[in-house]
Amino acid sequence: MVKQQANWSPYDNNGGSCVAIAGADYCVIAADTRMSTGYNILTREYSKICKLADKCVMASSGFQADVKALQKQLAARHLIYQHQHNKQMSCPAMAQLLSNTLYYKRFFPYYSFNVLGGLDNEGKGCVFTYDAVGSYEKVGYSSQGSGSTLITPFLDNQLKSPSPLLLPVQDAVTPLVEAEAIDLVKTVFASASERDIYTGDKIEIVVVNATGIRREYMELRKD
Amino acid sequence: MFRNQYDTDVTTWSPAGRLFQVEYAMEAVKQGSAAIGLRSKTHIVLGCVNKANSELSSHQKKIFKVDDHIGVAIAGLTADGRVLSRYMRNECINYSFTYESPLPVGRLVVQLADKAQVCTQRSWKRPYGVGLLVAGLDESGAHLYYNCPSGNYFEYQAFAIGSRSQAAKTYLERRFESFTDASRDDLVKDALMAIRETLQGETLKSSVCTIAVVGVGEPFHILDQATVQQMIDAFEIVGEQEGPAAAAGQEASAEPEAEQGGAAAGEGVAPMDI
Repeated sequence: MVKQQANWSPYDNNGGSCVAIAGADYCVIAADTRMSTGYNILTREYSKICKLADKCVMASSGFQADVKALQKQLAARHLIYQHQHNKQMSCPAMAQLLSNTLYYKRFFPYYSFNVLGGLDNEGKGCVFTYDAVGSYEKVGYSSQGSGSTLITPFLDNQLKSPSPLLLPVQDAVTPLVEAEAIDLVKTVFASASERDIYTGDKIEIVVVNATGIRREYMELRKD
Repeated sequence: MFRNQYDTDVTTWSPAGRLFQVEYAMEAVKQGSAAIGLRSKTHIVLGCVNKANSELSSHQKKIFKVDDHIGVAIAGLTADGRVLSRYMRNECINYSFTYESPLPVGRLVVQLADKAQVCTQRSWKRPYGVGLLVAGLDESGAHLYYNCPSGNYFEYQAFAIGSRSQAAKTYLERRFESFTDASRDDLVKDALMAIRETLQGETLKSSVCTIAVVGVGEPFHILDQATVQQMIDAFEIVGEQEGPAAAAGQEASAEPEAEQGGAAAGEGVAPMDI
């Protein structure tokens, strides 16, 4: 008698890629807008990006139902913080909260691969990258999701940041200006959507800087 | 109010059918510094008098934001008020989380009232010693409720609680018919006038009072001192020049409603309450 395996999984992967790049005084967070299941497309216009606080934006790929639940949790916790502290949460504070929230469900995880981007307390760009159970690190740039293996080597090469593998650990914030970083993001997604079937349709690009948060879109291949 | 043998705990009825502990709790509300609320069809304004223990200390916070569409002003034991505000905030957050929509005010005040009632029927609890003026906006319009320690709640067009609130109530009773269609700024001016009534001759300055507004398209927020002082200056001038009310009205802020405010301010110097 062979051990019975589960014939139902609580998880699904809705695909898609996310990228975040930190600059000296800005942060770019981008994700494609395709939502898939298996080999099918569910919709071409789904946003994976969520504004958590004034200067803090999160992009998540993976199982979008878990992503939505996670976003709601963080939004509610942020409201409580605002009532208690009379101010918005900073990006590093939100980063820790996200990590704790993910680890809280260590034994039934949120199937959510997150990148958090924003400005730190001094107005410098910061990016935090996570695994599904909350292990996180402050980095200069990161990518998650189905296209991440295609995107990350390209960013390593093009961002002119010090290598993240060097010791002692150096700040990997890119010396590029905002316009160059956005251009790079568009190039990176265009390339990823060529080879990754789960990435495509449109990119949603969110830019956080001293003047606030703005959003732009770019069309991608629909196939 | 005098001590008698039926007022030791809240679970003892008096022969006359009263719960004295609950009534004593309502006395605590009357001892707190004044809080007032008034509403129009689209806006609600809350105001309170800031009382500091001494010149060295800051004043206690008496107006709390509960959610974007709900705020509360308290009078009485401010500690109890703080705790109840935290409860209200939690309820709003949980409702928003589950239903992705704002908690209707009417439901919140019922939950609050039920919570207060529990404390009137447990031997190991005491009633909350705080009165709450809950201002909120929902699909059915603008609402102002008063929750008392007894567990009762009432809806009002305008109300005042706390010490010397009778003076404010007298003013509000005289003016309330104009509130429904009043503009937002007129409502704030009326709130300031009502607060002035409770001050009994003391000068009305923005350091002595706090004003908060919530309305259609305007999330609940507390007005900053500078704005409040500006509005005080705008009608205080009009108030001093009781004779040429028309001239004073034009001299005041650019709003045409100032003339109406000027005429009312002439009669607004009401007989002071004890």
